[in-house]
Amino acid sequence: MDRGKSRLRSFLLTLGAASALFLSGCSPDYIVLNPAGPVAREEMYLMILSTVLILAVVVPVFALLIFIVWRYRDRPGNPAAYRPEWAESRVLELVWWGIPIAIVGVLGFYTAKTTFALTEPPESNVQPLTIQVTSLDWKWLFMYPDKGIATVNYCEIPTGVPVQFELTADAPMNSFWVPQLGGQEYTMPGMAMRLWLQADQPGTYYGHGANFTGEGFAHMSFDVVAKSPSEFAQWVNQIKTSSSGLTLAGYQELKKPGVMGTVSYSSYPPGLFEDTVWVNGGRYFPDMMHMDRQANGGAGAAPGDPNAMCSPPMR
Amino acid sequence: MLEALRNFADTYLMWHEGPLIWGSDALILLTVIGIVAVLTYFKKWGWLWREWLTTVDHKKIGIMYMIAALLMLFRGGVDAELMRTQLAFPGNHFLDAEHYNQIFTTHGTIMILFMAMPFIFALFNIVVPLQIGARDVAFPFLNAVSFWLFFFGALLFNISFVFGGSPDAGWVSYPPLSELEFDPGPGENYYLLGIQISGIGSIATGINFLATILKMRAPGMTLMRMPLFTWSVLAASIMIIFAFPALTVALALLLLDRIAGTHFFTMLHGGNPTMFVNLFWIWGHPEVYIVVLPAFGAFSEIVATFSRKRIFGYGSMVSSLMLISIISYFVWVHHFFTMGAGPDVNTFFAIASMAVAIPTGVKVFNWLFTMFQGRIRLSLPMLWAIAFVPCFAIGGATGVMLAVAPADYQYHNSYFLIAHFHQTLIGGVVFGMLAGMYYWWPKMFGFKLDERLGRWAFWFFNAGFYVCFMPQYALGFMGMQRRMYVYPADLGWGPLNLVSTIGAYLMGIGFLFIVAQVVYSIRHGERDLTGDPWDGRTLEWSLPSPVPHYNFAAIPTVTDRDMWWVLKNEGRTEDLQPKSADLKPIHMPKNSGAPFLIGVSFFVAGFGFVFNWWLPAVAGLCGVAACLAWRSFQYDDEYSVPVEEVMATEISLGRL
Repeated sequence: MDRGKSRLRSFLLTLGAASALFLSGCSPDYIVLNPAGPVAREEMYLMILSTVLILAVVVPVFALLIFIVWRYRDRPGNPAAYRPEWAESRVLELVWWGIPIAIVGVLGFYTAKTTFALTEPPESNVQPLTIQVTSLDWKWLFMYPDKGIATVNYCEIPTGVPVQFELTADAPMNSFWVPQLGGQEYTMPGMAMRLWLQADQPGTYYGHGANFTGEGFAHMSFDVVAKSPSEFAQWVNQIKTSSSGLTLAGYQELKKPGVMGTVSYSSYPPGLFEDTVWVNGGRYFPDMMHMDRQANGGAGAAPGDPNAMCSPPMR
Repeated sequence: MLEALRNFADTYLMWHEGPLIWGSDALILLTVIGIVAVLTYFKKWGWLWREWLTTVDHKKIGIMYMIAALLMLFRGGVDAELMRTQLAFPGNHFLDAEHYNQIFTTHGTIMILFMAMPFIFALFNIVVPLQIGARDVAFPFLNAVSFWLFFFGALLFNISFVFGGSPDAGWVSYPPLSELEFDPGPGENYYLLGIQISGIGSIATGINFLATILKMRAPGMTLMRMPLFTWSVLAASIMIIFAFPALTVALALLLLDRIAGTHFFTMLHGGNPTMFVNLFWIWGHPEVYIVVLPAFGAFSEIVATFSRKRIFGYGSMVSSLMLISIISYFVWVHHFFTMGAGPDVNTFFAIASMAVAIPTGVKVFNWLFTMFQGRIRLSLPMLWAIAFVPCFAIGGATGVMLAVAPADYQYHNSYFLIAHFHQTLIGGVVFGMLAGMYYWWPKMFGFKLDERLGRWAFWFFNAGFYVCFMPQYALGFMGMQRRMYVYPADLGWGPLNLVSTIGAYLMGIGFLFIVAQVVYSIRHGERDLTGDPWDGRTLEWSLPSPVPHYNFAAIPTVTDRDMWWVLKNEGRTEDLQPKSADLKPIHMPKNSGAPFLIGVSFFVAGFGFVFNWWLPAVAGLCGVAACLAWRSFQYDDEYSVPVEEVMATEISLGRL
């Protein structure tokens, strides 16, 4: 079983390398096919597997089409057989009901496996890092609850450490996408969703909002900078000492629609993320908040708090 | 006074926006003046009213649907060319964000709801009654109501461009972006009301054709003797009846949020935007099969006819149609795998989505083996059918790739997705509708469309298609998101975008060739004097072209699946010729002005709701109620065509 699995792995790896080489040539621009972390790599394996499997149908279709149209075209003296009444064949029909069913079976199995696997952190031996992300009109706010710092339109992460991104929106829903680290997930008002990503090597990875949010949407790009853990710690210290803090008033200002560059904050109001989720509708669906931090979530009102309905947006 | 006028012009006519709007206003004004002048000069107002606006004849309604669909294909196509022009170069400033957002919204909405839908309804109307040996649809009056609701819904949506502003929240129009808080303009209301009005018509059409197919078939035409196009319409009608109400509800609730202050989908006060997303796609996914199944049906007819062979695996073809229509209700979540439904839900919908490919793949092989050991004539309808196979094979295959939920996290909202659905919707629906149009055109108008110009159109459109959309798959792998009006140069997206734009222009040239082909063929097209220009197989080809308004002088009795083909082979075509002794007076529905007036009333009401102007809103709704009341007491709505008239018509057609 295990050996079969590793054989499949190495097969896919070879194929992946070959097709990545083929597709990207010398170009690193095909970022989806140049994964820099385990999540993106896992997803690329599935892309390759599905490509191989569908080619098993597409190639015969192309070949048959070319052959048939060439062989049976209506021209004088065509010696090919002509059987206008032949319209049934149990065997042939079994073949083309059977093959797609088998393909879907195989692909479905691996899809299910990976779908469940990706809800877990990619690396279980390392203490993960949590970053809370709020999409705004039209910028990204990143908050580090364990470090107390915040950034806008860029974030830094340590390499080799699974990062749990908690996502919400304080604006129309967007989608958080860093192609080289892994697939996207929506940022939704009133909900906190979780996305595991991890970077293997240091680098600057392109990220962008993927779901349309209006006028400034095209400018919602951000960078994810991966550094070695020690450099990351240095960066955190540097932000803590050299930047100013984000206040509630500052957040209200930040929230106003507009496009901006990168900013760093040495601190932010505790529980800002939880409050945002709560105010935008989390209070009506406490179960859907998915937040293990709820209990110590700072200023956020507790579920069932009778005052929650009329509490001001920020306290 | 002048100040008030200026204000009005700036607020509603958007005259401050400059030459693009002024030009459109001038063009629209000139077109209207031109049409009115021509109708008046040639004294055609009466003709227009009697022959078209009040008609309940399914063939004329079908022709009107087709003309509307072609016009909307033009409008949606211009939108596409504008978008591709903007994206041709990084950092381009041809359009700004506001206009680009409006244009991709109207492009998507128009192409799905005001191009694909009327195009399939055109073929439903023109073909189904003729194929099943009926004289009209089950409810001819309702059929006319459906058309005029579609027409005025589409008109309402389209005037937003020059009066008040176009919608700009995307064709999916997700809240909260489409809520008042983020989108205060009238454009979104136009979207909601335009689709709502035409959607009522679509539901009625679904009911109408379900009833027609189940109740109006000629004697002897059992379900398993029905032509496959009719089967596909049956499947699509069932899907319309079940899917469209979800859209109706979603649009109605969002409209209430916007004009009545409710909070179904808002961010605050307990609204839940994901419920809109679910409702939208519970309609939205079946919708793509609603438009593609009739295309499959058309291909089935065309491939058999032009291979001079029975369709291969008829039973499989029927069961795959029905399977697709059932499975398509269990796949909607694949439009938002990345909205956090959880791994169990995602797995279910991923595998269901892959499963749709099974019956679809079976159909492709059955078409291939219909051609196998046949005699393939490469006439225009068949060319489009053959081009459909590889195009849809790739489109379907990338669909399976997208169904792999974890991989979809990387494809979602990227150009890979854009390339995929254009490949299925253009390669499937547009190719299918064009093939169907070429195939049944002689039946509608009595002449063929010019083959030479048609081939130019075919090659430009097809080559253009691949040049346009293949690079977009690659752009998806490069991380390019949909709906960006501008992109930076340093990501390397420039060259492929330029190639894609060139492809879009090639497709545009292809469309112009189709226009030229239609114009040229009206005068010079080969006349169809036999009624059977393609050596067809089904009942519609036993009738003269164009078909007399009562269709069949005598209702045929059906004994075989490819009835007309069998009779031709056995030399018994006269079995389907009317005999003067058998002729009886024919019962036909009377024309009525009510459907048109209902459409107008809905338009007035919709227009009022767009701007929260209650006077026209109430007046329009009263108009609807008045029309319905009038119709309810109209007992004299049928007449009979006397035998002498039928006989005279048939003699003049050389059939008696």
